[in-house]
Amino acid sequence: MTFELFAFYCFAAIVVFAATAVISSRNPVHSAMFLVLTFFTCAGIWMLLEAEFLAVTLVLVYVGAVMVLFLFVVMMLDVNVEPLREGFVKYLPVGLLVGAVMLVEMIFLITQRYFKSDQFPVPERASADQLSNTEMLGELLYSQYLFQFEIAAIILLVAIVAAIALTMRRRPDTKYQTPAVQIAASKKGRLRVVQMPAEKRS
Amino acid sequence: MDGLILTIVSVFKILLVMVPLILSVAYLTLFERKVIGFMHARIGPNRVGFKGLAQPFADVFKLLTKEVIVPTNSSRFLFLTAPVLSLAPAFAAWAVIPFTDGWQIADVNAGLLYVLAMTSIGVYGVIIAGWASNSKYAFLGAMRSAAQIVAYEIAMGFALIGVLMMSGSLNLGDIVRAQAGGFTNWYVLPLFPLAIVYFISGVAETNRAPFDVAEGESEIVAGFHVDYSGMAFALFFLAEYANMIMIAALAAILFLGGWMSPIDGFGDGIHWFLIKTVALLFVFVWLRATFPRYRYDQIMRLGWKVFIPVTIVWIAVVGFAIYFEVGPWFSTVRGGGL
Repeated sequence: MTFELFAFYCFAAIVVFAATAVISSRNPVHSAMFLVLTFFTCAGIWMLLEAEFLAVTLVLVYVGAVMVLFLFVVMMLDVNVEPLREGFVKYLPVGLLVGAVMLVEMIFLITQRYFKSDQFPVPERASADQLSNTEMLGELLYSQYLFQFEIAAIILLVAIVAAIALTMRRRPDTKYQTPAVQIAASKKGRLRVVQMPAEKRS
Repeated sequence: MDGLILTIVSVFKILLVMVPLILSVAYLTLFERKVIGFMHARIGPNRVGFKGLAQPFADVFKLLTKEVIVPTNSSRFLFLTAPVLSLAPAFAAWAVIPFTDGWQIADVNAGLLYVLAMTSIGVYGVIIAGWASNSKYAFLGAMRSAAQIVAYEIAMGFALIGVLMMSGSLNLGDIVRAQAGGFTNWYVLPLFPLAIVYFISGVAETNRAPFDVAEGESEIVAGFHVDYSGMAFALFFLAEYANMIMIAALAAILFLGGWMSPIDGFGDGIHWFLIKTVALLFVFVWLRATFPRYRYDQIMRLGWKVFIPVTIVWIAVVGFAIYFEVGPWFSTVRGGGL
């Protein structure tokens, strides 16, 4: 067993354990943290596949940004776990069925009998003098798949605008500052010096 | 056998970075106290050792001998994991920092991306610490810190995109090499707004004054680490200062030409990198001694409404300048003019 294979099995074991813990742990915050562990270990597996750009991006985007916000929400909302767990047994048969179907599909793929995966050559190792992972991906995205890339960008933009439009509402009662007005404030507009004769103390 | 030698060499390299880093963290605390002391017209620590030089060790031993108290209603495992979660990424990011030509633990192609990924993980330490303490002050601190870090990470990432456009590489060594030939070639000149945004975002990312609402002594005691004592507290402290040095070192690499000397052919080397880093660290301390703490909504406004638009505009400017090969900086950029 090479070191890579050993590392793969370690990562795979952690992913399976963490993914199971995501759905089985009682505390939502613990679940979210296990999801973080799952993502992080998946990045390790992608690294073994020499997809370093994707692996680092997975950590950057999912672990560094998406899961932080997720955790944020889970902590803010006091999720009551009990009603959620009541459905666990009820939906267990459906879940088991879906799981079984996926397992059978995987076995078909791995056993090479129907999908003929053995007829495809094992992908060759990238040599050191080749373009780096990032450059290759960039070239492909901005030339061959430019159209699809742009469409994905537009969809994301629409999603951003929609999210803002959904949550924005006029709130006339909130107090806020306008820094431009504050900076523009001067003695002239605020201070009035009144000239008046001195008065005697009564 | 080769594997064994590689492991030993790597461990040696890691120690060669880690030990000076931890010592720098220790002396950075003394540096900070001394500098702030002089700025306040007082002397600062001067009792332990010669002129107070042993003060950091006194602090470390004090914290080491203190008891780590775990609050009764805390989530014990996460409470004890949080300091590690904040320390590990702060140290792991140092793996790709080039100290001088060829002196780095790992010469990674996606080096800058790796650094960004590692620094973005650091926020978990803060959030988990705040949540696991089961205290409202700690929780408020964690919430503030998380929102702040998420906001400033975007501005920081955008500021780095300008550097990537100029250098055409994610490799930190290549970025420095692209700035060779005197200080006029440093990216701080063509990318001045981005450099400023990067550094201020860095200060906000590390939760340093004037952006230290996560700790905010006056309103939420000490924020997310209010329930931590002894060595667990020391680990948070270590992580904060390691991150500070990291931001300063990155700013030196990305905008100030890393190990390159300001005058061409005047002896490039690690000393220039160290001088630039220390100068930027001084700015960190200087900011702390100078500015009052920002109010929370002002921080959010600065991040979302000022920095992000500035970076987006400047990225567009750099893009056009590279496309039309505007001199003196943009005409030599690789891939310019297509």
